[in-house]
Amino acid sequence: MSARFSRVGLVVCLLLLTLVSGSAAAQVAIQADIVHTMNGSSIKDGVVIIGADGHIAKVGPASSTPVPPGYRVIRGAVATPGLVDARTVVGLAGALNQPHDQMQLETSTAMQPELRAVDAYNARDPLVEWLRSHGITTIHTGHGPGALISGQTMIAKTRGDEVDEAVIVPEAMIAATLGEGGLAAQGKSPGTRAKAIALLRAELLKAKDYAAKQAGPADKRPSRDLHLEALARVTNREVPLLVTAHRVPDLLAALRVASEFGIKIVLDGASESYLVLEKIKAANVPVILHPTMARAAEETGNLSMETASVLKKAGIPFAIESGYESYVPKTRVVLWEAALAAARGLTQDQALAAVTIDAARLLGVDKRVGSLEAGKDGDVAIFDGDPFEYTSHVVGVVIDGHIVSETPQ
Amino acid sequence: MGSRRRHRPVRSAVLVALLSAVVPSAGQTQTAAFINARIIPVDGPPIERGTLVVQGGKIVAVGAATATTVPSGATVADLAGHTVMPGLVDTHSHIGAVSGGDSSAPIQPDVRVLDAIDVRASSVSRARAGGITTVNVMPGSGHLLSGQTIYLKLRAGTTIEELGFPLAGGRFLGGLKMANGTNSLRPAAPGPFPGTRAKSAALVREQFVKATEYRDKVRAAAGDAAKLPTRDLGLEAIVEVLEGSRIVHFHTHRHDDILTVLRLAKEFGFTPVLHHVSEGWKVANEIARAGASCSLTVVDSPGGKLEAMDVSLGTAAVLAKANVPVAFNTDDYITDSRLLLRSAALAVRAGLPRDKAIEGVTLAGARMLGLAMRVGSLSVGKDADFVVLSGDPLSVYTRVEQTWVEGRKVFDLANPADHLVAVGGYGATRDEVLHSDDEEDR
Repeated sequence: MSARFSRVGLVVCLLLLTLVSGSAAAQVAIQADIVHTMNGSSIKDGVVIIGADGHIAKVGPASSTPVPPGYRVIRGAVATPGLVDARTVVGLAGALNQPHDQMQLETSTAMQPELRAVDAYNARDPLVEWLRSHGITTIHTGHGPGALISGQTMIAKTRGDEVDEAVIVPEAMIAATLGEGGLAAQGKSPGTRAKAIALLRAELLKAKDYAAKQAGPADKRPSRDLHLEALARVTNREVPLLVTAHRVPDLLAALRVASEFGIKIVLDGASESYLVLEKIKAANVPVILHPTMARAAEETGNLSMETASVLKKAGIPFAIESGYESYVPKTRVVLWEAALAAARGLTQDQALAAVTIDAARLLGVDKRVGSLEAGKDGDVAIFDGDPFEYTSHVVGVVIDGHIVSETPQ
Repeated sequence: MGSRRRHRPVRSAVLVALLSAVVPSAGQTQTAAFINARIIPVDGPPIERGTLVVQGGKIVAVGAATATTVPSGATVADLAGHTVMPGLVDTHSHIGAVSGGDSSAPIQPDVRVLDAIDVRASSVSRARAGGITTVNVMPGSGHLLSGQTIYLKLRAGTTIEELGFPLAGGRFLGGLKMANGTNSLRPAAPGPFPGTRAKSAALVREQFVKATEYRDKVRAAAGDAAKLPTRDLGLEAIVEVLEGSRIVHFHTHRHDDILTVLRLAKEFGFTPVLHHVSEGWKVANEIARAGASCSLTVVDSPGGKLEAMDVSLGTAAVLAKANVPVAFNTDDYITDSRLLLRSAALAVRAGLPRDKAIEGVTLAGARMLGLAMRVGSLSVGKDADFVVLSGDPLSVYTRVEQTWVEGRKVFDLANPADHLVAVGGYGATRDEVLHSDDEEDR
């Protein structure tokens, strides 16, 4: 029992931190009865070999993929790519849920695209370790829903003692929220949906103008403005606007603004996306879908556990997120959210893709993570059974060739 | 204090007497047989190909197909390939848009949640969709004592009276919700609420002493109206605790808070059901020695508040090993009533034996509500409350296909309205009655 006793305790925590910090990437091989490469095929009795550089050197059947001498071998029933959580606030919203560790939302003004995720990410928060030990190796995290523009997001590995060791994309997207969730407190602006869009459009216009002037003659450039500079990266299509929206009017408003300004957007949450599939598809907008087990109440009241399968059938690119919870669970685990999606319409392969390769593609990091193939980062999750079964365990996690967890979870 | 220590939450004899007036409402009359299912009776080993026969809302036969006769004239449902288990018992839930104490005082035992439950709320339908047939609906944990809980049978009714377990005198069976730790503290706001843990315990002791004295006065009056104390609705409820006919359901997280509950319970002679017990694994032996049982809420990650930082999926396993009775609850809306079986499964992931996990969502919970003579297992004479599953109860891929209460189907995944409740979708959370028997009734 004690081996499976998953207390988030100091001892385990310290042990893991010791493993993470300081150690160079080992030469590691993973051998499993089934290796889901998420690159078109699953390999029976497969092997993943990770070199000293932390990258995958070779993936193939054990019969034709010998493990070089001296490699540490981790065995399991199933191996998958390290899981990718397409949208979370972990590292900014800490486990304690006390004011000092809730850094995902600043509400002093409605729009603050200049807030950087890297300035607020706590790589040592227990929730990072929790995700890591459950096989999640890459997270798209940062500022949360709750303001019209709350700030930036980043993409990080769930390893490292400090943000610099973890981050792989420091500025991934800029987070916006439409609908009731993005409205300001009583008496402050925006107080209505229409006002929120008016503010957003005005700000995007300013950013466009700023970018144009910055690109103009040096003597006519305005003073540097961090706020507009960040937003200009959206109007320049360098980073997408990540729009949290659940209800149809808000989903359509997001598409309308995207079309007007020619910006890239990603829809987040998207509870009622199943009602406007054709419009989302026509706009070529991907969806980071709410957790399958998200609470259905108020703005999310019409969510369905089957939406992932509906998006899949419609051919809309999507990934599944852990999202954001103000109370408990302080983070969800995308492994379990994908599992329930697999039990509510998706195939197992599709559900696994939604937290590996499809998520990596949506986030633009599929050259590095999301599948097991030579040259990619050595990120692997190893299970003692069907990864989605409640009663299976994550028996090993490897990130960049580092063994970061071996305690069955 | 003059009250005897009781080692069982409620003395069965007391309850049997109290419940004897119960007549199942709109009871099922047609004999029905469910054959060829894998049956998990809980109080006996699983039956690979079994038959369940129900009549008049009660189980009249259960056993192997080879040894169980289907009565002539019975309707027969062939459930080959399906699993049948007892209806789930949720020992802690907030469905029905329930409310309790109003923060005007920390101790409000006079407040009854039965006066504030909307049984047409979509959350009640969702519980049926999760296979829950018996549920303890409680007020929240923001008070030391937030009120009287009510045990509901999720019959296809539209009033609280149709769903309750009626007792004599127009009353309904329920417990008493108490809490310690941070939820019931108001350190920043001076007033009637406690600012510290010690003050919390002092306020509770004061109230229980009052109740003890009130009980003694009532006893001394020996039925003489002139000598009876002025009636006190709050103290009456606590006296029921002292007399063993009302179970205390105590929200508590930290190890020291758990021990404080056990200390108070010992002083006043009641045996509580401890709820949440995030740090129960630290004091499992102490809980076992006190004879208390534990109802656990399984959340997907630690934290959310300071006293839940050390919460563990392994708590159930540790408690069970120490011989503490363990049940699982949804604490809906903390977890979803449609996913109670998942909580049991995650505890198995962390080391709990499978049979203990199944018991934790059925018979163990029934015992914690003092209802084990009625529900919690499939045995002759008990209520015909059961669920039909598509497979192993602990598998993520398994669906709750049907939920039956007292011989009547109250949820059927094949019914589009019920399917909407089960998976969600447009209109799924509108608060109106959605259940399988609607059309049959009208």
